[in-house]
Amino acid sequence: MSKKLRVATTSLAGCFGCHMSFLDIDERLLTLLDLVEFDRSPINDIKHCGPCDIGIIEGGVCNAENVHVLREFRSHCKILIAIGACAINGGLPAQRNHLDLGSCLTEVYLTEPGLEHGHIPNDPELPLPLDKVHPLHEVVKIDYFIPGCPPSGDAIWKFLTDLIAGKTPELGHGLIKYD
Amino acid sequence: MSDTFQLDGAAVPFEPGQTVMQAALAAGHYIPHLCYHPEFKPHGSCKLCTVKVNGRTTASCTMPAEANLNVESNIEELNALRRTLVQMLFAEGNHFCPSCEKSGNCMLQALGYDLEVHATGFRHLYPDRPLDASHPDVLLDFNRCILCELCVRASSEVDGKNVFALSGRGITKHLIVNAESGKLSDTDFALYDKAMQVCPVGVILPKRVGFSQPIGERRYDKRPISAQALDDAPRQVDTSGNCEACEDPT
Repeated sequence: MSKKLRVATTSLAGCFGCHMSFLDIDERLLTLLDLVEFDRSPINDIKHCGPCDIGIIEGGVCNAENVHVLREFRSHCKILIAIGACAINGGLPAQRNHLDLGSCLTEVYLTEPGLEHGHIPNDPELPLPLDKVHPLHEVVKIDYFIPGCPPSGDAIWKFLTDLIAGKTPELGHGLIKYD
Repeated sequence: MSDTFQLDGAAVPFEPGQTVMQAALAAGHYIPHLCYHPEFKPHGSCKLCTVKVNGRTTASCTMPAEANLNVESNIEELNALRRTLVQMLFAEGNHFCPSCEKSGNCMLQALGYDLEVHATGFRHLYPDRPLDASHPDVLLDFNRCILCELCVRASSEVDGKNVFALSGRGITKHLIVNAESGKLSDTDFALYDKAMQVCPVGVILPKRVGFSQPIGERRYDKRPISAQALDDAPRQVDTSGNCEACEDPT
């Protein structure tokens, strides 16, 4: 058998819902593991992405760390896939995009009732938020997109097996979803 | 026997006065469309229904049917352009399907599905478009407006109320409410208005009924828009000249 494809996955400004949906391929994970091995992924807790054939990224880009991780994936992965609404169009986090970031932080941490002696978090360990939330394709070149919030396990399975088989992935009615 | 034209190699019969779109839908041939509505005069603005007629591109909803036209529609060249149009509409507004009450019943979304649009690919504009929740029964979410003017047409032509209009030009063009305050509550708009029913996307929404249809049972969950649109279209007239599906048999 030919060498296994190396796959890395991560979540940026996402909710890990797409990763949960990925696990929804259920026992087909075992079939997939005959074809691929995992690099950086929440499944194994590897911290940095090495050379890979496929990178799968959930979530958009909302802070400086997201940019670094996304660029690391792009430089190490031959094929980069954006998975889910947030990675494709910013999704829920991007609902702040028509608002001023400063006023968002002030509203949440200073003026909203319930936070006594609150202050806007400023620990140097925290990555700085970006002015706007960006879809992945606005930051690096993305090769494929799997839409959905989240895409179903069946959609992810169809997409990945098409891709691994060397075909242009197609979802078709019932599998392609934006919600 | 009526004349015919060719659509993607099939002979399509037509009656005098029909457009290419009307004749095609009546004969069971789907041409993608968004601003066209069988009950209204064609608008020709969305350009999703663009076809090649004898080699030249034109909107099939406004093109009068003529004998022996050679019409091409379902070809990759045109479908690629249609994909780009859908992508630009998504990038221009704030179309966040997961939180939209119209999701599953939305024509723009269903067209994206049918054309296998996986992503917009463009830089999103994320415009700031505040809601109008002033009306007791109706919510207006301008974030999703695609400027098809169906509500404008329905409100003036059918309801006789002239509640909606488009204002501005180019990228600043937007839907407005014809009231001094600009608020829907200051018009005589009502739930039973035709304009309430025609929005192809999620701009004009009845309050307090959101998400009442479960996922899996919504309009385009069951069938792709290419199949659904044919069911909705007025069918070919029978020999007595009556068309059962037409609300207005004239």
